[in-house]
Amino acid sequence: MANHDTGAHKSHGGSFKSYLIGFLLSIVLTIIPLVVVLNDMMSRNATLIVILAMAVLQFLVQLFFFMHIRDEEKPRYNLMTLILAVVILLTIVAGSIWIMTYNMTAG
Amino acid sequence: MAHAASHHDHDHGHHDQEELKTFGFWIFLMTDCILFATLFATFVVLRLNTSGGPTAEELFSMPGIIAETFILLTSSFTSGLAVLSMQKGDKKGLIGWLIVTLALGIAFVTMEITEFVHMVHEGATISTSGFLSSFFTLVGAHGLHVSIGIVWMIALVLQLARRGITSVTKRKVTIISLYWHFLDVVWIFVFTVVYLMGVM
Amino acid sequence: MLDNLKEFASEFFVTGDPLILGAQVSIALTMIAIVIVLTYFKKWRWLWTEWLTTVDHKKIGIMYIIASLLMLFRGGVDALLMRTQLAMPELNFLEAEHYNQIFTTHGVIMILFMAMPLMFGLFNIIVPLQIGARDVAYPFLNSMSFWLFFWGAMLFNMSFVIGGSPDAGWLAYPPLSELSHSPGVGQNFYIWGIQISGIGSLATGINFIVTILKMRAPGMRLMKMPMFSWSVLSSCISIIFAFPILTVTLFLLFLDRFLGAHFFTLDGGGNPMMYINLIWMWGHPEVYIVVLPAFGIFSEVVAAFSRKKLFGYASMVFAMIAISVAAFFTWAHHFFTMGSGANVNAFFAVTTMIIAIPTGVKVFNWLFTMFRGKIQFTTPMMWAIAFIPCFVVGGMTGVLLSVAPADFQFHNSYFLIAHFHQVLIGGVVFGYFAGLYYWWPKMFGFKLNEHLGKWAFWFWNIGFYVCFMPQYLLGLMGMTRRINVYDFDMGWQPLNVVSTIGAFLMGIAFLFQVWQIAHSIKFHKKDTTGDSWGVGRTLEWSIPSPAPVYNFATIPVADERDWWWEEKERREQGIQPKAIPLEPIHMPKNSAIPFIKSLCWFTAGFGFVFNWLWIAIPGLIGVAICMLVRSFQYDTDYYIQVDEIKRTEAALRGAN
Ligand code: HEM
Ligand SMILES: [Cu+2]
Repeated sequence: MANHDTGAHKSHGGSFKSYLIGFLLSIVLTIIPLVVVLNDMMSRNATLIVILAMAVLQFLVQLFFFMHIRDEEKPRYNLMTLILAVVILLTIVAGSIWIMTYNMTAG
Repeated sequence: MAHAASHHDHDHGHHDQEELKTFGFWIFLMTDCILFATLFATFVVLRLNTSGGPTAEELFSMPGIIAETFILLTSSFTSGLAVLSMQKGDKKGLIGWLIVTLALGIAFVTMEITEFVHMVHEGATISTSGFLSSFFTLVGAHGLHVSIGIVWMIALVLQLARRGITSVTKRKVTIISLYWHFLDVVWIFVFTVVYLMGVM
Repeated sequence: MLDNLKEFASEFFVTGDPLILGAQVSIALTMIAIVIVLTYFKKWRWLWTEWLTTVDHKKIGIMYIIASLLMLFRGGVDALLMRTQLAMPELNFLEAEHYNQIFTTHGVIMILFMAMPLMFGLFNIIVPLQIGARDVAYPFLNSMSFWLFFWGAMLFNMSFVIGGSPDAGWLAYPPLSELSHSPGVGQNFYIWGIQISGIGSLATGINFIVTILKMRAPGMRLMKMPMFSWSVLSSCISIIFAFPILTVTLFLLFLDRFLGAHFFTLDGGGNPMMYINLIWMWGHPEVYIVVLPAFGIFSEVVAAFSRKKLFGYASMVFAMIAISVAAFFTWAHHFFTMGSGANVNAFFAVTTMIIAIPTGVKVFNWLFTMFRGKIQFTTPMMWAIAFIPCFVVGGMTGVLLSVAPADFQFHNSYFLIAHFHQVLIGGVVFGYFAGLYYWWPKMFGFKLNEHLGKWAFWFWNIGFYVCFMPQYLLGLMGMTRRINVYDFDMGWQPLNVVSTIGAFLMGIAFLFQVWQIAHSIKFHKKDTTGDSWGVGRTLEWSIPSPAPVYNFATIPVADERDWWWEEKERREQGIQPKAIPLEPIHMPKNSAIPFIKSLCWFTAGFGFVFNWLWIAIPGLIGVAICMLVRSFQYDTDYYIQVDEIKRTEAALRGAN
């Protein structure tokens, strides 16, 4: 059945090289925010932006290099559900924060 | 529908079956994303409500957390290598890398439990404050996912040893490695939002 | 010893109310009767092998429908009790505490244990047949979903005879639902009953998305798919993103009650508002989850009985998918009065009004479909037509409610009660009834008696308007929801009497339906064509009714929108379809694990309700063992051989 092995989740794509690149990138992307935070290098807001950006980048690295989202055959249902999930996820988190800032019971 | 014993001329049908399951699992992961999103939202809303109890800064000791992070990162990589061996039809390599992944996973969970026990000893429990309730629940939910993954992976190693690489076991490995990468991604956000932002 | 036992029993069982005592006695008698009947007719084995362990989507669907009709009965009795109490001022039929329990269980049961399973029943029976599949994508998981729902519903329903019912409203807002305000076990029943069945619903959502996206007949591109299947897809999209939120929210409430956490408590840094925020992130999509399939049903029924193609297919698809996603952006309109600030309120008021647009598009599509059609007034069609005015009025009062400043006036009044019953009964219940009547012959091979059905229809409809129209006025007159007594001098009595009369008319309508079903089982005429109404347009009508286990002996190439309609025309012109050779069919084996595992969940839930870990932990271990056993099972399916298919088909088709 090897001849069917062309799709994304079937072959689960990837070569050793791509896994290694992914791994190295995620190590770098973990170290950067650590250094920034532990050494108090930037202002609060700048730090926040940097560490969140690094987290998002690392998410993308895992997605591309480990989960091989790129290799999916058309129609790209995996990608579509992922995008929808991310949109709703952001709505849940950002929406809650927005709504709740007016209702914070300090304590 | 899993694999039947006789599968000579129906291979194609089975193959589609396995692909179907992988897709379903992906959707399950998306629902799990939402589950964690809800926990994250709760944590972010409640994180400053320490109610006179310890704050994040007083509580977290970063060295342990950093170690946990790198352990989990590495295990995500090794689970990928397991899949790679599987693709080459290398059963020994596959089982080997899965065992390495398992060992790293167990190390991670052990460290996390130690961390929790330590906190509880210092009087920081789930009922201390809104902040700690949401902290223990979010991080605990991730830990529970990893633990379930460990049990599952052990079961899978046994099946692989018995049955070798078939289209069914192949699908199972694919799925668990997806799960493992996913847990790594969740951890990255736990690490960032809970720990880094906590001590920042 | 005996005294101890007595004391325990008096706490364990709900005592002291004649109504409940009556219910307890009748439940005990019913159970004894069931056991006797099954034993006498030697039906235990049949029950086990044919039903409890089945993975056949059609049988699972039938079980869903039976369970949901029973729940409709229970929820309906609750409603009548409440309406009786409210008929007269200062009546003492239901105490405040009892009244609170009843509106809580009524709301939960109607939405989670009546509407959801009735919907899942229709999904199960129709979707695979409609898209030309032999089963759903994961038959085993499907059976698991059903049993999780079933045992969750049992756990919830138990509360009124054992331990005490929840009484904090159908969404269980804290702090009322917290241990500090509800120390009894009622809220625990609420949490675990919903939690267990909710996991099942989530699994169903995943199952049907995969089924629809990946298992359609060859040639059936998405844009050729029947509209009901589209509506199921859109509803399931909402399910998979909404139900995890519910799971987490209830779990957090559980942690508050069980471990003394401070998520939603008033002290210790908790925030009850967060619960309200989270529960509505699920709750609003939930409303669309149940109404979207009803839209799908209307589309099928209206097209079939107007003998026309559905007008505006593409816009309908677009509207449904748009709604299923947009449903996630409006949740805050449920708590405009919470004080989230003007910006928040303005934003959510606008999103709410926007979502009304695609809904409007649909109504026009149905009207245009009927326009100049050869309309046949069968019962399904009558339900579909009755839905339109009802839903339009309900929708308009909804838009009124979405005007944030006005909502400060209507919030928590009978205006709101009338509004949501109008969309829930007029939209959801009428819709599912239309589907049930329409597809009944597909499920059982015979039609329901139309004459009795029309009586039921008129009683339901007249009863509905008599019951709920006065409530709009009552709301404007200031009557608030969730009250069990009011004074004479409020002047609410006349309208309340009218409303109660309407409720009883609906009760009579339900009795007509029961009679209708019983009568039709006894006196039906067997359908031999498979296309029972003669107007079928989609694939499910091309196979015998009820469908054989494997549904399709050979799967047709369904590359047109109303494939069966076109096929019938072709056959009339003498063009016969190309015969496709039979092949062995791959089917899943039955399994006892879903039943047992769900029972373990039930056990665990029961243990947690009473805080008895010695029951809860074994239950959870049972769940884990079931999962592992399943993981090691490889021999899970079998083949139906060609000669057996031939025999079955000959028997089924031989009739005509
Ligand atoms: C069959 C006719 C029905 C009647 C006569 C009826 C009557 C009532 C009454 C009297 C209340 C309590 C109002 C209050 O005191 O606040 C109520 C609440 C409610 N009903 Fe119904 N109902 C019916 C059907 C349904 C259906 C089909 C659904 C859902 C699909 C439903 C969902 C609800 C909900 C969610 C509540 C709110 C419960 C709460 O306040 O927590 N009802 N209904
Ligand atoms: Cu809403």
